[in-house]
Amino acid sequence: MAQITFINADGSSKEVHVEAGTTVMQAAMDNGIDGIIAECGGACSCATCHVYVDESWLPKLEEPSSIEQDMIECVLEPEDNSRLSCQIVVSEDLDGLVVRVPESQY
Amino acid sequence: MKDRHCIIIGGSHAAAQLAPSLRQNGWDSDITIIGAEPVLPYHRPPLSKTYLSGDKNIHDILIRPHSFYTDNDIHTMLGDRAESIDRKRKVVVMADGAEIPYTKLALTTGSHVRKIGLPGVDLGGVFYLRELDDVDRIRHYVGRGKKAVIVGGGYIGLETAAALRKLGMDVTVLEALPRVLQRVTAPEVSAFYTRIHREEGVDIVTDTAIGSIQGNGDVNAVTCQDGTVLDADLVIIGIGILPATELAGNAGLEVDNGIVVDEFARTSDHDIVAAGDCTYHYNPIYDRHLRLESVQNAVDQAKVAAATLCGKLEPYSALPWFWSDQYDLKLQIAGLSQGFDQVIIRGDIETSRSFAAFYLREGKLIAVDAVNRPKEFMISKRALMHHFSPDPVKLADDSLKIQDVLKP
Repeated sequence: MAQITFINADGSSKEVHVEAGTTVMQAAMDNGIDGIIAECGGACSCATCHVYVDESWLPKLEEPSSIEQDMIECVLEPEDNSRLSCQIVVSEDLDGLVVRVPESQY
Repeated sequence: MKDRHCIIIGGSHAAAQLAPSLRQNGWDSDITIIGAEPVLPYHRPPLSKTYLSGDKNIHDILIRPHSFYTDNDIHTMLGDRAESIDRKRKVVVMADGAEIPYTKLALTTGSHVRKIGLPGVDLGGVFYLRELDDVDRIRHYVGRGKKAVIVGGGYIGLETAAALRKLGMDVTVLEALPRVLQRVTAPEVSAFYTRIHREEGVDIVTDTAIGSIQGNGDVNAVTCQDGTVLDADLVIIGIGILPATELAGNAGLEVDNGIVVDEFARTSDHDIVAAGDCTYHYNPIYDRHLRLESVQNAVDQAKVAAATLCGKLEPYSALPWFWSDQYDLKLQIAGLSQGFDQVIIRGDIETSRSFAAFYLREGKLIAVDAVNRPKEFMISKRALMHHFSPDPVKLADDSLKIQDVLKP
């Protein structure tokens, strides 16, 4: 199990506990984080699960694939810490991960 | 007002969005989802892709887990079929005769596969592909070195062909029209997909309609109308879907190529909304009525429908988009290409596996098919909202940044 904190655009936050092996996107869907839409269900096709990863956690994540990288560059308000949450697989190493949910996915 | 009850008929993607959206919009009374399939709403697109290939299982493709529904006080009646709607008494009549009263009703009934009447279509090993159970049964007929015939060269047929190749089957795709994807793409894109499937070892046969299916208990051959006989251990028919409008039609709601809804997802009875594949609705971006077969439409229209039921009228206006994964190809489609009069290809469509096809009508961009080109897809999605007229020469110039070419 790992704890993930979602910080919504309005400043509210929610801590959730998820099994290793699930994705951060699925954790958001399972726990009703409304700012994550995830239309394609994790196929890396829609970029509607965009999050900003807390900088201190970036070194622990695997590098994005070239497809994910291209998508990220074109989301609304991309930042250096932008990721698609469907591509982040939760492990024990990510226990405590903090991600910020953008204002809009479109 | 806690004594109200919203019933959602159809355990679809639209239902899995509509129910939580009702809660977000402040619906504090009962919500019940009635689904004919005995499983919680799941992502349907992986059925012909990663679920068929075995890369994903049922838990991976559920839209939300069981706990989400209980946590949000959303009741589910799965494996139960609604038989009719009595609008005067405001009850849903179930197949077993039970009556469930509703205050508001949402129809998210999706679609049925289009069927063909053919000799032999009832043999074992002959399938349509729409539901989880279809794929679970198809699995028994899959095997390395066995022969599969896919009837229909649309997206479902081609995705299925790719998944079965991955599982080591010999695959033939039969398409009655002169090219695959004829109804949805330009000839250049059809030629691209034909090339890729042939490179991957699939036999693509166009201009050839199926005549009959032979077998003894289980299928063993397919005979085409031109007399050609193909050995077959498995036949999958993917020739399109039809909106599931029976409940709505029998209840006297307006039906025309789908359940007719207004921009607020209301049917001709304003206590009843509908969302997803089953609806026929107006799209303001394309200024015409549409029936869409897509997750995007299910999700976005369900949100509008939920808001409507909570008294918040927010008109539906969204850009249709789609995707299709085959082999190492990620196709992302933005917009609707029907009615195009010009196609601009960016990238090497003839020998590579990465390009974008831009569809224009009277100079205006109306759609893009982007294969392994996520930037072209993402940037086009935004440009399409603005009825932008790009410079065709620049659009085709792969050395220019797409961000600069499609800057409205």
